Amino acid sequence: MANEVRLIQMAEPLSPPRLLPSGDSAITVEFSRTIDDAANRRVLALDRLIAAEPIAGISETVPTYRSLLVHYDPVQISFDALGEQILARAAKALPTETGTRRWRIPVTYGGEHGIDLEEVAKALQTTPDEIVARHVAGDYRVAMIGFTPGWSYLSGLETFLHMPRRKDPRLLTPAGTISIGGIQTGVQCLAGPSGWHLLGRTPVRTYQLHRDPTFLLEPGDAITFTAIDAKTFAEQDRAAESGEIVAELVTP
Amino acid sequence: MSKLVVTSIGPASSVQDGGRPGSQRYGLVPSGAMDRLSLAAANTLVGNDLFAAAVEIGPFGASFTARGGAVRVGLAGASRNADIAGRPVAFDSSATLAEGETLNLGFARGGSFSYLAIEHGIEGEPMFGSLAVNARAGLGSPYPRPLQSGDELKAKAASGAAERRIELPVAADAPIRIVFGPQDDEFAEDSKKLFIDSEWKISATSDRMGYRLEGPVIRHLDGHNIVSDGTVTGSIQVPGNGQPIVLMPDRGTSGGYPKIATVITADFGRFAQISAGRPFRFKAVTMAEAQAEAIKFHALLRSLPDRLRGIEDLGLNIEALRDANVAGQAVSAVDVSTWQVAVP
Repeated sequence: MANEVRLIQMAEPLSPPRLLPSGDSAITVEFSRTIDDAANRRVLALDRLIAAEPIAGISETVPTYRSLLVHYDPVQISFDALGEQILARAAKALPTETGTRRWRIPVTYGGEHGIDLEEVAKALQTTPDEIVARHVAGDYRVAMIGFTPGWSYLSGLETFLHMPRRKDPRLLTPAGTISIGGIQTGVQCLAGPSGWHLLGRTPVRTYQLHRDPTFLLEPGDAITFTAIDAKTFAEQDRAAESGEIVAELVTP
Repeated sequence: MSKLVVTSIGPASSVQDGGRPGSQRYGLVPSGAMDRLSLAAANTLVGNDLFAAAVEIGPFGASFTARGGAVRVGLAGASRNADIAGRPVAFDSSATLAEGETLNLGFARGGSFSYLAIEHGIEGEPMFGSLAVNARAGLGSPYPRPLQSGDELKAKAASGAAERRIELPVAADAPIRIVFGPQDDEFAEDSKKLFIDSEWKISATSDRMGYRLEGPVIRHLDGHNIVSDGTVTGSIQVPGNGQPIVLMPDRGTSGGYPKIATVITADFGRFAQISAGRPFRFKAVTMAEAQAEAIKFHALLRSLPDRLRGIEDLGLNIEALRDANVAGQAVSAVDVSTWQVAVP
């Protein structure tokens, strides 16, 4: 009997998300409370479906790991009416892999550009080369972009590289930092505070004013890294400064 | 070409407008005015669009000098002692600086931010459709940073239109209304009750990113780390030390602390104006009430052009002021800037 119930639940393809009020002008559509790849795919699927089939009154949507934040105008639509339409969209928003863009992002690891590489290797009882090899071998996805412009949080970090964040966050870490923290890795665009472990730096600007596109990455994009030496980094950094994209679009 | 030269200015003063929504999915926060009603009132006084760019002036004094011709301005928000070349100027009214004249503004009273709108707007290069300063992202025009003395704001020559004042509803000294969520289930009922029942103060370390609250410690049910999710202006997040932070227009677009509640749209500007150290309370309302208030607030913004009055109508107010003086209010018949008696 218990088994039958479980089977029925498993056959139920999509459980509805929770609708949480974020004030009178936004709804947090929550698919999970934890970092969960399946939930993140549902977030991105709902985001795409709302873009394809807009709901009057929605001003913008913000995908994050586990929820979609929907900003709306309460003069045009109420929480209840919007919630109903969102649930209807969520029930038919199916995650899909088609049309995923894939980027290859160059990174110079270690040394002055990745000041935590040695320490991370020590903590994980291996060599810096092994850390780099494993990080480069990863197949990542942009789970969300947030905090500051272009800060891209990637899912897909292999378990071996999972590491608690630093006890004392640094107040200033460089632009282009590639780091790991918890079960995530990330591409940071602007210089700023961070509690993650700094493995390297990329010359790629995920956000650059007066460049087309201003924002390079979209939530859902696939990412791989490729190791470059410090000299190549310096060259590509100059090119990026003058507006070149530098990252390689492997699959458009 | 006329211009307004910043001759002196304190911190936390920058060009702001309605902000640049639409790119939060890329981590770019909208920014924009702390108190949108006051921004809109200042713009209305000089015939600008409600959310055109204006100077948001922080709690300290400031002065501006007209060069290259006359400049007409609208003043709203936290009232201050104000004069142009010695002539007193009232808040919630327009005024014109002749070539070479200086507008002097004192410290903010009964609030934190005042708005100085320039007739025909501030000239600049919009980025994502906005001139609003977001220093961290290098955005804002004519300067992508807070204003400094010596900065110049290009303006069109004053129209010579009759000066106006604007009648705004009296700002209630009522609790700041919130709706619970999105993560109020991370807190026990007695923590939520403590949040609503307590008196709070805004810490002096607050800024356009966040207002830190001082008051009792609000405890989480299990830990203060949640998986980062999206924030809104007015989100009240509770970090590990249990001292809430209200996220302001320059917030991060995502955050990893549980958000117990959100300030309602209609009360956000009033909240932003609360001076550091002054006690206030929160009050929980339902979603239906919050949305009804948001609709009323929207109607108030749209009604601003109908609230303009001629300066000559002030005669009526002088009678009212005499009564107010009898009642012991701090209004001086010789200090025009104290005529705005609505401020506590």
